Amino acid sequence: MPAVKLTVNGKPVTADVDPRTLLVQFLRENLRLTGTHVGCDTSQCGACVVHVNGKAVKSCTLLVLTADGADVRTIESLANGDKLHPMQEAFRENHGLQCGFCTPGMIMTAVDMVNRKGNDLDEKTIREELEGNLCRCTGYHNIVKAIAAGAKAMGGGTQAQAAE
Amino acid sequence: MDATGIGAAVRRKEDFRFVTGKGQYTDDIHRPGETHIHFVRSPHAHAKIKSIDTKTAKTMPGVLAVLTGAELADDKIGNLICGWLIHSKDGSPMKMAPHPALARGKACYVGDPVAVVVAETLDAAEDAAEKIAVDYEVLPAVADPAEAQGSGAPQIHEIAPANTIYQWQLGDDKAVAEALKSAKHVTRLHIVNNRLVPNAMEPRAAIGDYDAGNDSFTLWNTTQNPHVARLVISAFVGVAPEHKLRVIAPDVGGGFGSKIFIYPEEIVCLWASKKVGRPVKWVADRTEAFIADAHGRDHVTEAEMGFDADGRITALKVKTIANIGGYMSTFSSSVPTYLYATLLSGQYDIPHIHCEVDAVYTNTVPVDAYRGAGRPEATFVVERLVEVGARELGLDPAELRRKNFIRKFPHQTPVIMAYDEGDYEASLKKALELADHKGFARRKRESERRGRLRGIGFSTYIEACGLAPSQAAGSLGAGVGLWESAEVRVNPTGSVEVLTGSHSHGQGHETTFAQVVADRLGIPIENIAVIHGDTDKVQFGMGTYGSRSAAVGLSAVVKALDKIEAKAKKVASHLLEAAENDIVFKDGKFTVAGTDKSAGWGEVALQAYVAHKFAGAQLEPGLKEGAFYDPVNFTFPAGCHICEVEIDPETGITSIAHWTAVDDFGTVINPMIVEGQVHGGIAQGVGQALLESAVYNKDGQLVNGSLMDYVMPRADNLPSFTIDTTVTKCPGNPLGIKGCGEAGAIAAPAAVINAITDAIGSEDLAMPATPQTVWAAIEKHRPGRMAA
Amino acid sequence: MYNFTYHRATGLRHAQNLLGKLDDPKLLAGGMTLLPTMKQRLASPANLIDLDRLEGLSAIEAKGRSVVIGALARHADVANSATVGEAIPALAELAGMIGDPAVRHRGTIGGSVANNDPNADYPAACLGLGATIITTKRKIPADEFFKGLFETALEPDEIIAKVSFPIPKKAAYQKFRNQASRYALVGVFVAKRPSEIRVAVTGAGSSGVFRVPSFEEALKKRFSPKSLEGLSVPPDGMASDIHGSAEYRAHLIGVLARRAVAAAG
Repeated sequence: MPAVKLTVNGKPVTADVDPRTLLVQFLRENLRLTGTHVGCDTSQCGACVVHVNGKAVKSCTLLVLTADGADVRTIESLANGDKLHPMQEAFRENHGLQCGFCTPGMIMTAVDMVNRKGNDLDEKTIREELEGNLCRCTGYHNIVKAIAAGAKAMGGGTQAQAAE
Repeated sequence: MDATGIGAAVRRKEDFRFVTGKGQYTDDIHRPGETHIHFVRSPHAHAKIKSIDTKTAKTMPGVLAVLTGAELADDKIGNLICGWLIHSKDGSPMKMAPHPALARGKACYVGDPVAVVVAETLDAAEDAAEKIAVDYEVLPAVADPAEAQGSGAPQIHEIAPANTIYQWQLGDDKAVAEALKSAKHVTRLHIVNNRLVPNAMEPRAAIGDYDAGNDSFTLWNTTQNPHVARLVISAFVGVAPEHKLRVIAPDVGGGFGSKIFIYPEEIVCLWASKKVGRPVKWVADRTEAFIADAHGRDHVTEAEMGFDADGRITALKVKTIANIGGYMSTFSSSVPTYLYATLLSGQYDIPHIHCEVDAVYTNTVPVDAYRGAGRPEATFVVERLVEVGARELGLDPAELRRKNFIRKFPHQTPVIMAYDEGDYEASLKKALELADHKGFARRKRESERRGRLRGIGFSTYIEACGLAPSQAAGSLGAGVGLWESAEVRVNPTGSVEVLTGSHSHGQGHETTFAQVVADRLGIPIENIAVIHGDTDKVQFGMGTYGSRSAAVGLSAVVKALDKIEAKAKKVASHLLEAAENDIVFKDGKFTVAGTDKSAGWGEVALQAYVAHKFAGAQLEPGLKEGAFYDPVNFTFPAGCHICEVEIDPETGITSIAHWTAVDDFGTVINPMIVEGQVHGGIAQGVGQALLESAVYNKDGQLVNGSLMDYVMPRADNLPSFTIDTTVTKCPGNPLGIKGCGEAGAIAAPAAVINAITDAIGSEDLAMPATPQTVWAAIEKHRPGRMAA
Repeated sequence: MYNFTYHRATGLRHAQNLLGKLDDPKLLAGGMTLLPTMKQRLASPANLIDLDRLEGLSAIEAKGRSVVIGALARHADVANSATVGEAIPALAELAGMIGDPAVRHRGTIGGSVANNDPNADYPAACLGLGATIITTKRKIPADEFFKGLFETALEPDEIIAKVSFPIPKKAAYQKFRNQASRYALVGVFVAKRPSEIRVAVTGAGSSGVFRVPSFEEALKKRFSPKSLEGLSVPPDGMASDIHGSAEYRAHLIGVLARRAVAAAG
């Protein structure tokens, strides 16, 4: 089996893998980082979004072998102990989640959105940028609010770039 | 206590684990030695299974077992059941066909499981599955409910001639016929309530784990009601006796009804785990979920509403064909009957209503409750008729509704329900103000200047929730009681565990239930844990559906808290050396009336357990109480949703410009959570109205069976919503709660379609109103194209 | 997914050698189409050649009167490229409409063009701008490259290296999304070039991307939405499925073409 070596949440990881292994499977099954979810099989839902080399990608549509050498960040990397990342805090504060299944992907997408688009995000931008993330519970209303608030907080906070 | 008590927008206790990725969903759980199972499903909608050759598959690497319906029968595993007995109008019972967990002899829909492979890895199971040779004789299929009873349709189950499960009716057909005959105006509609795929974001999953040492089973399952699952799997399917089966619903990622039902997959995982002697895990792919999870809706309806000269509704006649699918799912029979026809009175005083429902088998995935379950279908019928009636009569739709509102309570409708309390005028009035109804004409002109069409649509809906008084449900055919249980355990340190038989899969019970307890006991919300979803912890419960958790589940908690308070007062009376009747409990403190003698909650809790101040003969030690609460009536949440749309006539794209919802849910425990429920419900209702529809072709193939083809609402399909409430308390339960989980999904479709038809000036519009559908409707009725 | 042998190509030549040598090979670029297809067991290459690490294939450069984009440039790179944004803003906008942000971080122009999905966006830009597909073997004009549904002029051992887009005087792309997949149900790319007008349509045709000569003729006389009024594309030859009938697609071509001309200014 081919070997893979990558950095996940700041820690070096090596493993021999079946070449079919997707990054999401590697995270969930090999590393037991189960915060990254699988909600579909056609790259629509975004529950599996993680950051690879600082960019949001769908980890269900990436072979772990392709990610060899990459720096991977998952939802588990955002909080600092009990201290939530501003975007996590914003989701909690604004009730931007219900069942919680899409939430890790939403938050990783939101952090990436802020990294690319800045801290002042209007509703239209946020809704368009959520094109690749599905939520069945919230009707998106509070997710949009949470992302706008989280984006602002990331601009003011010291851990603005915690994800990267 | 105001910050965390009833009515406070407390931030959710469960969220820390969810936002940090520490939730524990079924797929996150790994059992030592776990194996993986793959279901081989029928690619044909209707086919005889002549033989299944598993020889080669069994020899494939990593394969532990290949199992079929034959082995299931050998082991005397029983069939799945539908738990609500409906009788036809001729008195005959519904025609429930056998539904084995793995098909025997015949497959009845695309997706019907016919065999499984259990293997060391999922890849190995899938590789081996391809080596299973199933010899099918393909039979003609029928997917359209309107065609299922026709002479050309194939008979799917021997027990059900003309594929008819029941022909049920409610109401007085003669009175309705007479009233319609003498009506000044009759509005008629043909309505197709489109078939939906629930698509909770977490796909269904199950882990069956057999413990040979104790001859017992554990099932981890994405279920909304673990106790009902245990009951059915033990009493009817017979995989294990009830006391030897533990069902755990860990974090569950949304349900919307689809996770109420008992499905083949969890049964097979349990059974197979004993066969292979190891845990067996199944997690659905999304594409698999499209053919493995029960679908929702799928009605074809003819409806007539009669009006008198003043615009008063005189009668309503409804004839519906409901698609049940290839087999009868767990509660499928109740959805198009007692959850549908009983709501056809809407918010209106309608003297005569008659409803006939034919339930039919088709070669499609089984259909069962999906958010709203029968009530969205009923609301769509009533609210479309009222809206179209107003337009035909040249009356203002709001005014016509007002004219017909029920204003005296309690109100007995002609279709069983007795509405206990409501104020429909209040929610309509508030919604009209919030929606700036007066400014609509100006906004319409402004849209027209930009070449856009603008329309406004109302939906003044009612629902019956908090299902339901058990005795009444039983008399209507329910196989179970519909009460709820609670247990309140006070620990010696004064912290509290609340065990509930209802189940949270996103609703936030851990917070709202704790709020009620904090409010009552005067203790910090952090000192309260809410426990649910495990049959080994909670004695029994009916689970969560029908917007029942607060109205019924919390009522049980309140009942248990009453007992806790009574017992704690007894303890306090010994501690404070006062008469029990003199003890006053307020804000977490026990005081002897008229004195400054008092004891804190913690002291009393400790004394209950150390039992130093009373003798066992006087008072039992401990502080733990349980209660079962059986509702006295349904609850009747109601409200008014107003949708304003703008349409690009060239492309047919509909944008929702504004959404206003004013709902009456009775007492609100946590307004933040209630608003969230409304948002999500509206989104699903808008999904039904604009985007979603499960499409079967003539051969019974699901044409859009993946997220590449089935349209789920996305963030940019929806606006931000304007939400408010009015309050009339429910007189039937201790907190005055009505329930909020389904309102949005019930109200929304009619509001959207009423708005679009208002904009385009034609009622000829089917759901979902996709851009193409809207464009075609505009083209068809465009002046000058009438002849074409 | 069926099993396969994984190969990491270190250079274009290495990739081409592997492609020629290996049995039943398939190139993996961004994987946005191939991996979902493999996951559903609808594709089963014996050998997968991963191009992810090829150096120098993601450059975006202005070269004379063209913008040349390396085959491995991600959609996000093209969408955000100042070079593309200045020279051919319509192309940057088109790239920014593909998939969703996460998909745009992985998907590549080479992969999209080589796949020639009938609902993909890039083929409309290639045909609409008169691009040249530069491969390991030759230069292929877009007019000769797209050969029907998922079919291209590429030979089995030929790999796209770059795509060269001539800079138009003006251009615009209008996309009507399939609401489920977000591919183009219909996409119309209109370009006014020094020598010609091009109107290229993706999503609508039953055999892939195509040009609309009648629209081009009309726009040649006067580049204005008004020139297209009354003109339409016949529904014959249009794709028809649950997402859109042939009539609707044909109708949308007219609407989107007019809007694209207006947007191009």
